[in-house]
Amino acid sequence: MSELLESHTSGNAHVDELVRKGYEHGFVTDIETEVLPPGLNEGVIRAISARKQEPAWLTDWRLSAYRHWLTMAPPEWARLEIAPIDFQAISYFAAPKKNLPKSLDEVDPKLLETFDKLGVPLHERARLAGVAVDAVFDSVSVGTTFKKELNAAGVIFCSFSEAVREHPELIQKYLGSVVPAGDNYFAALNSAVFSDGSFVFVPKGVRCPMELSTYFRINARDTGQFERTLIVVEDAGHVSYLEGCTAPMRDENQLHAAVVELVALEDAQIKYSTVQNWYPGDEDGKGGIYNFVTKRGDCRGARSKISWTQVETGSAITWKYPSCVLRGDDSVGEFYSVALTNHRQQADTGTKMIHLGARTKSKIISKGISAGRGQNTYRGLVKVEKSAVGARNFTQCDSLLIGKRCGAHTFPYIEVKQPSAIVEHEATTSKISDDQLFYCLSRGIDEENAVSMIVDGFCKQVFKELPMEFAVEAKKLLEVSLEGAIG
Amino acid sequence: MLEIENLHVSVAGKAILKGLSLAIRPGEVHAIMGPNGAGKSTLGHVLAGREGYDVTQGSVRYLGEDLLSLAPEERAAKGVFLAFQYPVEIPGVNNTYFLRTALNAQRKARGENELDAMQFLKLTREKLKVLSISDELLHRAVNEGFSGGEKKRNEIFQMAVLEPRLAILDETDSGLDIDALKTVAEGVNRLRSPERGFLVITHYQRLLDYIVPDVVHVLADGRIVESGDKSLALTLEEHGYAWIKERKPGAAA
Repeated sequence: MSELLESHTSGNAHVDELVRKGYEHGFVTDIETEVLPPGLNEGVIRAISARKQEPAWLTDWRLSAYRHWLTMAPPEWARLEIAPIDFQAISYFAAPKKNLPKSLDEVDPKLLETFDKLGVPLHERARLAGVAVDAVFDSVSVGTTFKKELNAAGVIFCSFSEAVREHPELIQKYLGSVVPAGDNYFAALNSAVFSDGSFVFVPKGVRCPMELSTYFRINARDTGQFERTLIVVEDAGHVSYLEGCTAPMRDENQLHAAVVELVALEDAQIKYSTVQNWYPGDEDGKGGIYNFVTKRGDCRGARSKISWTQVETGSAITWKYPSCVLRGDDSVGEFYSVALTNHRQQADTGTKMIHLGARTKSKIISKGISAGRGQNTYRGLVKVEKSAVGARNFTQCDSLLIGKRCGAHTFPYIEVKQPSAIVEHEATTSKISDDQLFYCLSRGIDEENAVSMIVDGFCKQVFKELPMEFAVEAKKLLEVSLEGAIG
Repeated sequence: MLEIENLHVSVAGKAILKGLSLAIRPGEVHAIMGPNGAGKSTLGHVLAGREGYDVTQGSVRYLGEDLLSLAPEERAAKGVFLAFQYPVEIPGVNNTYFLRTALNAQRKARGENELDAMQFLKLTREKLKVLSISDELLHRAVNEGFSGGEKKRNEIFQMAVLEPRLAILDETDSGLDIDALKTVAEGVNRLRSPERGFLVITHYQRLLDYIVPDVVHVLADGRIVESGDKSLALTLEEHGYAWIKERKPGAAA
C-alpha cells in the first residue's frame, strides 16, 4: 500500500515497475497485460488517474467518489443472493502492454485472433455490416474504425480516455450529470476507478451516419472491469448505439460495475441496445460474472427520446435498471428487455421512468425467462411528478418459466403525484406447456428447436426493437443459453 | 399401413385402452366413434407419441416399422399427422414460420431439400386456394386469438402442406358450425388419395355425412366393440351409445 502511495509521487516509471510485478498473478492469454496489484485505496486511484494522464479535476472527481463510496454499503434490497465481495482482492487496472496502435494494422495479431474467435466483426465483417467498432479489450480501447466517416459528419466516437484528452470540456460538462458520482454504491465505485469506455457526441442536427457498436470483453483474470460510457446528443441529433459482450470460461467471480450516461437535448433521439452474454457460471453456480450496472438516460430537452433495449442472457448476477429521466416536455422513454436466467443465474433487472415534463410518455416491455434454478426478478419504478401533466405510462411485464425449480418475481413500484396521469400495468406469468411442446414435436420439430421457437415468440416484442444483426445474434444467444434447460 | 394389435394403454396408472386392434390400408378412411371416455383421444395421442401414455401391452406397426419405438418428431417425418382436438396457441410465433420450420424439419429428416421462403410461399398459396382459407391466418401467431373454426381449419391447412401418409383427425368436428364443418370436410376429401390413410375420430355421425368412411369402428371401454361400413354410424346415431353397452365387447373382432 505504501509503495503505491509513493508511486503517485514518483511518477509513471515507478508505477510501471509496480505494474510489472503484477505479472506474477499470471495471465490467460499470451498478450502481455499490465495489471495493478490487487487492492483499493487512494493510492490506487491516483495511480490509475496518473497512468491515464488525466487532468487534476478528474483525479479529484475520482477521489471524492471514492471517499463517498467508503461511507456507503452495498445495496441489499434486490432479490439476489450475493456472496460478500472482497474489494481488496480485485485489481483495478489492466491494459494491453504495448503502445496504443494508431490503426488496426498495428493491433497485436493475437488480439485480433481472439476477436475472431468471439465473432467480433472488427475488420471485414464490420465493414460489410457498416458498423463502426470501438473494441475494448480489458480496459483500454485498442482499435477504432470508421473514424473518418464519423469525423466528416461531426460525430465524435472514441474511447473515454481519448475523450478526456481531446475533448475535456465536453467530459467535464457532462460526466456525472446524469449519474452523480455518489448515486449508488456501484456507481460510486465505478466513478472512483473507471478504466475506460466509450464517448459519443452527436452535434446539433446530425444524424449519426451509422450504428455505433462497441464490443466489451473481460479477459484478464481477477480484473474487475469498470467501463464508463457517455453519450451526448445535441438538438435534433440521432444515434443508435449497440453494445455486445462475451466472455470466456472463468472460475473466479468477476466484478463488473459499469456506468452509462445518456444525454438527449431538444428533439434528440438515442437508441441504446445491449446484448449481454458474460460467463454465467457453471450449472452449480460456480464462477460467473457479477454484473452491477447503472444505466440512465436524461431526456433533457423537449420532445427528446431515449430507448433502451437489452437482451441479458449472461452473468451469474445481474443488477441493472436502465432508466429514463423524462425532463423535457413531450419527451419519450422506452425500455425493452429480455432477461434469461438458467442454472443458478440470478437477475434483478428492470427500469425507472421518472416523469417530470408535461405530456411525457414511457413504455416498458419486459420479458423474463427462467429455467433450471434461475431466479428472475423484474423491478420497475414509474414515477410521475406533479409537474408531469398528462403523462402516460404503459408497462407490460411477462414471465416465462421453463421447468419446476426456477422462479419469476415482479415488483412494480408506481408513484403518481399528478392526477391527470395515466399509468397502465399488465403482467403475466406462463410456462412452456407440455401441450405446446407436444404440438411442435407432432409436427416434426424437435424439442430443442421447439423450445427455442416458443421462447423466441415470447421475446418477439423486444427482438423487433433490436437492429437486424443484433436480433439474429440475440436469438442464437437464447438458444445457446437454454441448452440443457429441458429434459 | 397401420396395424394395431391388442393395444393396452394406461395413463397415470389407469387403464384406458384395453386390447384395441385395428388395421388401416393405404387409401382407406376409418372412423372411430364412441362415447366420452371410451379412449378415442388416447388412441390419437398414443399414435402421435405423446408422453405420459404407457403402452403396457400390444404393438403398433406403421409401414412395416415399430411405430411405438419412434420419437414423436420421427413419426411426423415418416408421415404421421395428428390434427388436434384443441390446437395449441404459441404466442409470438408466426404461423407461416412455424409451418415452414415443421415442413423443413420433416424434409431434412427424410433427406429431402429444405424449401426456401419463396418456394414455401408458393406451396402455401396453392394449398390456401384449395382450402378456401384466408391468407390472413398465415400472418398471425400460431392459433393465437383464432376462433374455434379458424383453429380447426388451420389444422387442415397444416395437414395439406405437410402431406402426411397417415392423418389422424381427433374430433376435428367438435365446436364447428355447419359451414366450418363443410370446409374442413372438403379439405380432408381433397387430400384423400390411394396412398394416404385416415383415422377420423369423432363423437358424432354428422361429420361422416361429409367425410364418407370406408370402415366405421365403435370404441367403448378401451376396445373396439363393433366394426362395419358407413351404415354403422347411422345405426349408432339412431340408437345412441347405450345400444353399444348392451352388446358384448369383442363381438366385432
